[in-house]
Amino acid sequence: MSPWLALAIWLVVVATIIPVMGMAIGYAEMKISAHMQSRIGPYFAGGRFGWAQLIADGVKFFQKEDLVPDNADRPVYKMAPVLVMVGTVGLFVVIPFGPGLTPQNLDLGIFYALAISSIGTIGVLMAGWSSGNKYSLMGGLRAAGQLIAYELPLVLAVVGVVILAGTMSLDGIVQAQISWFSEAGWSLGMPFVIVQAVGLGVFFIASLAELSRIPFDMPIAESELVMGYLTEYSGFRFLFFFLAEFANMFTLSAIAATLFLGGYWVPGVPDSILQFVGPLVLLGKIALFIFVSIWVRWTFPRFREDQLQTLAWKWLVPISLANIIVTGVLKVVL
Amino acid sequence: MGFEDWAAEPLNWVFLAVALATTISGLRVVTSPNVVHAALFLVAALAGTAAIFLLLAAEFLAWVLVLVYIGAVIVLFLFGIMITRAPTGRDEAEVDHQRRLPAVLVSAALFALLSWGLLSQWGDTTLDRVTAGTPTSVLAEGLLGRFVFPFEVVGFVLLAALVGGITIARRDLSPAEEKERESR
Repeated sequence: MSPWLALAIWLVVVATIIPVMGMAIGYAEMKISAHMQSRIGPYFAGGRFGWAQLIADGVKFFQKEDLVPDNADRPVYKMAPVLVMVGTVGLFVVIPFGPGLTPQNLDLGIFYALAISSIGTIGVLMAGWSSGNKYSLMGGLRAAGQLIAYELPLVLAVVGVVILAGTMSLDGIVQAQISWFSEAGWSLGMPFVIVQAVGLGVFFIASLAELSRIPFDMPIAESELVMGYLTEYSGFRFLFFFLAEFANMFTLSAIAATLFLGGYWVPGVPDSILQFVGPLVLLGKIALFIFVSIWVRWTFPRFREDQLQTLAWKWLVPISLANIIVTGVLKVVL
Repeated sequence: MGFEDWAAEPLNWVFLAVALATTISGLRVVTSPNVVHAALFLVAALAGTAAIFLLLAAEFLAWVLVLVYIGAVIVLFLFGIMITRAPTGRDEAEVDHQRRLPAVLVSAALFALLSWGLLSQWGDTTLDRVTAGTPTSVLAEGLLGRFVFPFEVVGFVLLAALVGGITIARRDLSPAEEKERESR
């Protein structure tokens, strides 16, 4: 297969997966939120269960005018959603969906993932500034402050897993979990959540904050900032931000599942079957994380800005540093 | 190497595009009239540099550049600029200054110095073709094995700089402010 054909196929695959997945997560969010509040959720569009609601919403976004405010800095304003999307799409490159089903098994795996996802922050700041609107600028600044604060615990929480696995390649980390105790002839796996529960906790909280989801949604606090850095965006560009957020939710959950829950692995299933079942197993684990984050959304009220920064700098960073020290010492001693 | 050999290698064209983009954005950093645009062009220049590192198969360095500089340092730059003053459109304040000739001289001299250093050391060396990046474990063994002493010294200097920065930026609270903070 020529590289151009392969490139074209990958582009089509990604361009299909992201909207479909975004719609699936959006629909789940609507329905689960509704049931948690004793409502029924979308009901009319598409007959039973309102399954076509998200498609209707998507079509609506396509029809809307692509507005650019007079005061806006046009090129920067138009580039911002693209940059946010780049940070998200880049993450798909390293996620192992099954044995031998990693798009590109980089030696740097998790490091690459953290680096590429940090590009989105620039996009958010660009969006906030270029809109030429006080609310947007405030939202952009809050977002940047929050994303910087929580990037550190996110990176540090991963280090524990890297120490245990002895590699940064995501595929290698899954392999390390599959054959944790291996003697001649047999091996017993262990998902790292058992010894890295603290790491998973820090990673999950930090990834909620990186996604600016409730309770960490100060950047788009509706009651005070209209919609934060998204205020001026409409139509297709707004949809871009929206899809990027959902896709990011998917990829961060996938990375959490890979690092802490063993990724595509289920105990006792041989590789030959995992090749087909693996992606579904990974999807199941991702769905678990997404459900928990929707659950958190309807459980906790929004943090105040100072509480948010306190949580990051005074709690999560020290906890993850302690986790690294303990993991490192135990790895050497045991 | 003749032009035909050069043109037959697709990587050369990639290098040419990346190098041009990096140079142009580097120039725009210093000539752009809007300070936020200058910072954004710096992002482009750094991304180009990371791409050049990737072409040289220095993967780790490339992604460090992205994570540390694009993801954190530039974000702090932009944060600082926007929190103080950030007009969209044409910036009224004078970002530029009139001492262009000394600036050109200094950059030309720096360029000459760096090229002279590189050429006199490795002028005729031909490197082997690299097909794969250095495994990170090899890099880590070098950094924490053979070069552990300089590495720790650099870490210590950075820590001292950090403490110094905090000491300079820190302002001791007056007793009244202290009381107010405690009551919160």
